[in-house]
Amino acid sequence: MGDVEQIQQEATAPDGFSRRSFIKGVIATGASVSASSYVFRDGAVVRAQAPGSVERLVTLTVNGQQRRVDVLPQETLATTLRYKLGLTGTKIGCDRSECGACTVLVEGVPHYSCSMLTHQVRGRTVQTIEGLEAADGTLHPVQQAVVEEQGFQCAFCMPGFVMNMVALVAANPTATRAEAAQYLSGNLCRCADYNKILNVAERAAELSRRS
Amino acid sequence: MADYKLIGKNYSTPDLVAKVTGRAKYAEDFRAEGMLFTKLLLSPMPHGRVRNLDTRAAVAMPGVEAILTADELPEVEAPSEQMLTNEPLYEGEPILAVAAVTEEAAADAIEQVQMDIEPLPFVLDPLDSLRPGGSNARLDGNTRSGSDLVDIKWANVDWSEVDRGTLPTDGEFTDEWGAGDIEAGFAEADLIIDETVFVQSMSHQPLETRTAMAYWQNGKCYLHVSTQSTARTHPAAARWVGVAPEDIVLIAEYCGGGFGSKIAGSIQSGIPALLSRKAGKPVMMRINRQEENFIGRSRPGMVTRVRIGLRNDGRMTAFDWFAVQDGGPYGRSGDFLSAADQGSLMYTPENIRVRGLSVYTNTPPRSAQRAPGGVQVVATVEPLMHRAAKELGIDRLEMIKINAPSGQQVFGRPRQGVRGNVSSAFVREAVDKGAEAFDWEAMKAKSGQRNGSKVTGIGVALSSYSAGASGLDGLLTIRPDGKVYIQQGVGNLGTGSVFDTARAAMEALQTDWEQAEVVWGDTSKHLPWSSVQAGSQTTHAHTRANWAAGLDAKQKLQEIAARDLGGAPESYDVADGRVFRRGNRSQGLTFARAAERAIALGGKYDGHEVSEDLNDMTKAAGAGLAGLGLMGIAKDNFATGGRNMSYAIGFAEVEVDIETGNVSLTDYAVSSDVGTVLHPRTFAAQLHGGGIQGFGYARGQKWIYDRRWGLHVSKRFYSNRPPTLLDIPTQREMKWVAAEVPDPFNPLGARGIGEPSQGAGSGSVQCAIADALESLGEDGQFLRTPIMTDMILTRLEGLPEPHSRLATHT
Repeated sequence: MGDVEQIQQEATAPDGFSRRSFIKGVIATGASVSASSYVFRDGAVVRAQAPGSVERLVTLTVNGQQRRVDVLPQETLATTLRYKLGLTGTKIGCDRSECGACTVLVEGVPHYSCSMLTHQVRGRTVQTIEGLEAADGTLHPVQQAVVEEQGFQCAFCMPGFVMNMVALVAANPTATRAEAAQYLSGNLCRCADYNKILNVAERAAELSRRS
Repeated sequence: MADYKLIGKNYSTPDLVAKVTGRAKYAEDFRAEGMLFTKLLLSPMPHGRVRNLDTRAAVAMPGVEAILTADELPEVEAPSEQMLTNEPLYEGEPILAVAAVTEEAAADAIEQVQMDIEPLPFVLDPLDSLRPGGSNARLDGNTRSGSDLVDIKWANVDWSEVDRGTLPTDGEFTDEWGAGDIEAGFAEADLIIDETVFVQSMSHQPLETRTAMAYWQNGKCYLHVSTQSTARTHPAAARWVGVAPEDIVLIAEYCGGGFGSKIAGSIQSGIPALLSRKAGKPVMMRINRQEENFIGRSRPGMVTRVRIGLRNDGRMTAFDWFAVQDGGPYGRSGDFLSAADQGSLMYTPENIRVRGLSVYTNTPPRSAQRAPGGVQVVATVEPLMHRAAKELGIDRLEMIKINAPSGQQVFGRPRQGVRGNVSSAFVREAVDKGAEAFDWEAMKAKSGQRNGSKVTGIGVALSSYSAGASGLDGLLTIRPDGKVYIQQGVGNLGTGSVFDTARAAMEALQTDWEQAEVVWGDTSKHLPWSSVQAGSQTTHAHTRANWAAGLDAKQKLQEIAARDLGGAPESYDVADGRVFRRGNRSQGLTFARAAERAIALGGKYDGHEVSEDLNDMTKAAGAGLAGLGLMGIAKDNFATGGRNMSYAIGFAEVEVDIETGNVSLTDYAVSSDVGTVLHPRTFAAQLHGGGIQGFGYARGQKWIYDRRWGLHVSKRFYSNRPPTLLDIPTQREMKWVAAEVPDPFNPLGARGIGEPSQGAGSGSVQCAIADALESLGEDGQFLRTPIMTDMILTRLEGLPEPHSRLATHT
C-alpha cells in the first residue's frame, strides 16, 4: 500500500489520527517541511500535482457548517482553519504539538490542529472556539465560566484551553482540581495563570452540571 | 479602606467575551487583499561577517516580490540593534528577509540565497570573555564603560579560583557605588556569609510570537504588531519604518504576552512594513516558535560574589555585591545594578558596596524581564538569608521584618548624586498577613516531615520592585449618547490594567461601569500619552491620570450645571450619570444633556482649549476628539512621595522525593504590600502568574548551548521547559493576601504588583528545597539556579556536582 493511500485509509479509520501518520503524510505528499518552520501556501503558487496524490477540493464540517475548501496535501488543519476558513480564533503558538494553543475538537475529542492534516478530518465534525457560542449569543458554560472568573491573562492560549476544557467537562463533570490539571496539562499558559485556569475549570463544571 | 463604588470590586473586563469567542484579533489574525508572506534568513552561527549575499536565484523564484537586506537600512550606533545585520552576533539573528506570495515560496527563496559568511570568534560565557586571550562577542569590545565600548581582560586575577567556583573581586569593573563604610559593616558583623552564586538567563517566551503585518495606504503605514504599550511603541515604530509619527498607524488591541520582551514592540516588526513599501502589497511576517526563541528577548543571567554581614540580632550590617552579568550581544542591560538596588531596599543594609560589569555574549538579546535584576537578587540572596536565619536561630519571618524597609526608606544607587526614597513601605504588615494566610507556625512545624520517600520543606522569600510612574495624561469624553469614552494609550497584554485603571475615571464621576467605553489599541483612535505598560507602571500612573481626567470632567459638569440651572458650581454633585444640585437630585442634567451643552459652549468644555502642560501626543488626541462631547483632559500633577515600590512575600511548601530527586510544590501563598487592590481577580493573577514563572526560574527553565559551535540546543518548549499546570499546587487553591494599606501618594492608594511576584515564587521554592535537604542533614544551598533534579540527587548521594559551579548554559 502506498503511503498516500495509507494516510487516506487512516484518515477515515475511527482512530486514524496519530503524530506518526501526520509526519508520514507530510513526507508522502512531497511537501517541503523546512527544519525551521512550517510554511503556508495560499494556492497562488502551486506545484504540479503528483499522480495518485490526495484530492484537493474537500468538504469539511466545521462548527456545524459544511465548508468546501481547496486543501493542499500537506496542509495542517490549523492552517486551513486560520487561512482558508477565516477562523482565526484557533491560535498557533509553537507549530509542533508543544503548547496546545491550536487545540480543536474533532468528533468531540481534543486534538492539536497544528499537527493534524486537514485531509485527516474529512467526513468528521470539527469544532473551534468560534463554534461554542449559541446562535442567540448564549455562551457555552466553559466560556461563561471564563467571563465570570476573569479567566486567563493575555488569552493567546485561551482558545486551546477552552476547547480542551469543553472536552474535560463532557468527559468528567466532577473532576477535582488535580484531575483537571492532569487533563489540561497539554496546554501551556505563559502568563502562568494556571491557578485561575483551574478555578475556571471548576466553575465550568459547576455551570454545566446546572444547565 | 475607603468605600469605593468600583475600586476593589471584581468585574469582567470588556475584552473577555471577544477573547473567549475567538473574535479578539492579535497581529497574525488580520488579513489584507493580496497579502504576501515573509521569511527570514537567519544566521547559522553565533558570530560572523557576511561577505556576500547573492540573491539572483532567489529573486528569480516564482512568487518572490521583494527582498530586504541590512544594506538598505540606516546604520545604528553600536551597541544598538538593527532589524537585519551583516554581522550577526548570535545564532538566529536575521540577515535578510524575503516577501513572496506564499510563506512556502518565501521559504523556498530563502533556501536559494547564496550567502558567503565568515565565521568570527564567539563567546557564550561572560567569564570566558574576561579571561586573558578570551574571545569577545563584539569586534568593538566586550563591555561598555560609560558610553564607550571597551575590552576588559582580567589579567591580574587568579583564574584557578574561578575554576574552583569562586568569583574574585579584584578584576576590573565598569560600575560602582556604595554607602556607609563596608569594612566597618563587616567588622561589626557576628556572622559573615561569603558565596559565589550563579543565576541563569531565561527567555520570555510569550505564547504569541512577535508576528507583524503591514500595509500602506495613501502614504500611511498601517502596522499590526504585538506590543505591551501602544502610545510608547508609536514613536519607535515610526523610527523603524523611517516616517514621521503621523504617517504611521499602529494597531495592537491584543498582545499575547510580553513579560518585558515587547515593552515598546520589537524592532523586527519593521521588516514587513519596509517590505510592504517595496512590494506595494500588504506583508505578513509570521514569526514561528524557533525564531521567537532567537529574536525574542531574555533575562540576563549573572554570577555574583555576595558577602553579607549580620549581627546576632539578625540586622544586616554589610551588603557587598560584585556581579558579572551575561549581557547578550546588544544594548546595555543594567540588571546587575538594579539587582543591587533591590538588595539595598529589601535588607536596608547599613553599609553597602556594589561593583560589577555586564559582558557581551553571542546569545539572544537581553531585555527587561518582569522585575529585571529583582528576580536575580532574590534568587541569589534569599537562600543565603534562609541559611543565616537558621545559623542565628532567628525565625525566618522575623529575619525579614528586622531588615525590611518602612516609611520612606532611602535605597539604591545615587542618581545625580542623590539616593532616592520609596513613597511608602508596609512590608511588616504584609509579612504578618502572609503568615496568617499560610498558617506559618503550623507549616513551619511540617519542615522535615517524611511521607515515604518524600520529605517536606518550607520556604519564604521577600521580593521587591518598581510599582508606578507619574506625570502622565488622562483623556475622556462624555458624549451625547450619555457614555463616557475613556482613551487609554497603554497596551492590553492581559494584566487587565488598561481597563482597571479606566475605572478610576468612573470612580471620580461616581458612575456605573456599564456607562463607560474604553478606547485602546489603535493610534488612529486618539490616544493620550501614557506610561510604558511595563515595570508595573500602569496601575499607579493611570489611576492617577484617569482620576485627574475624571476630576476635570466633573468640574466642567458642575460649571455647566451652574451656568444652566443657577448657583455655584460647587453646589452641584456628580453621580450615576448625572450632575445635580446637592440636596435636590431632581434638579440637574444627564451626562447626555451636559455633553450637548458642552459642545454648544465649546472652548475648554468640548476640548477646543486644553491645558498647556499636556504632552503633544495628548494635545493631538484631544484635537481629534474636540467637539464630540464634554472633554476631561488633564495631566497627573498629584503629589509624589518618592519612587513607588511594591513588595511580595512568597510562602512555599515542597516535597522533595529523595529517591527520584523530584520536587513537587504542594502549597503556595503570597502576601503583598501594594496599596489599594483595584481588581482582586486580575491582582491575584499577577501574584500567582508571576509566582509560577518564578517556580520555572527556580526549578528548570534554562538554555543549553553546544559550546563548540555556539549553537542553541534548547530552542523549543519541550527542551527549555516553562512551567505547566503540573508544576503548581493542585490539591488546593494557591492563596494570596494584601496588606491593604493605601499608598499615601496615589489618590486611590494604588501601586502596581506585576514585578515582585516572580522573585517571591523563585526564592520561596529555592528556600523550601534547601529546608527539605537541611532536615536530612544535607547542605541545602545549591548557589545556582535552576535547581535541577540531577543536582538534588547528586547532593543526596554525595557525588560531585553535575554542573561546573559557575558555567552557564549547561
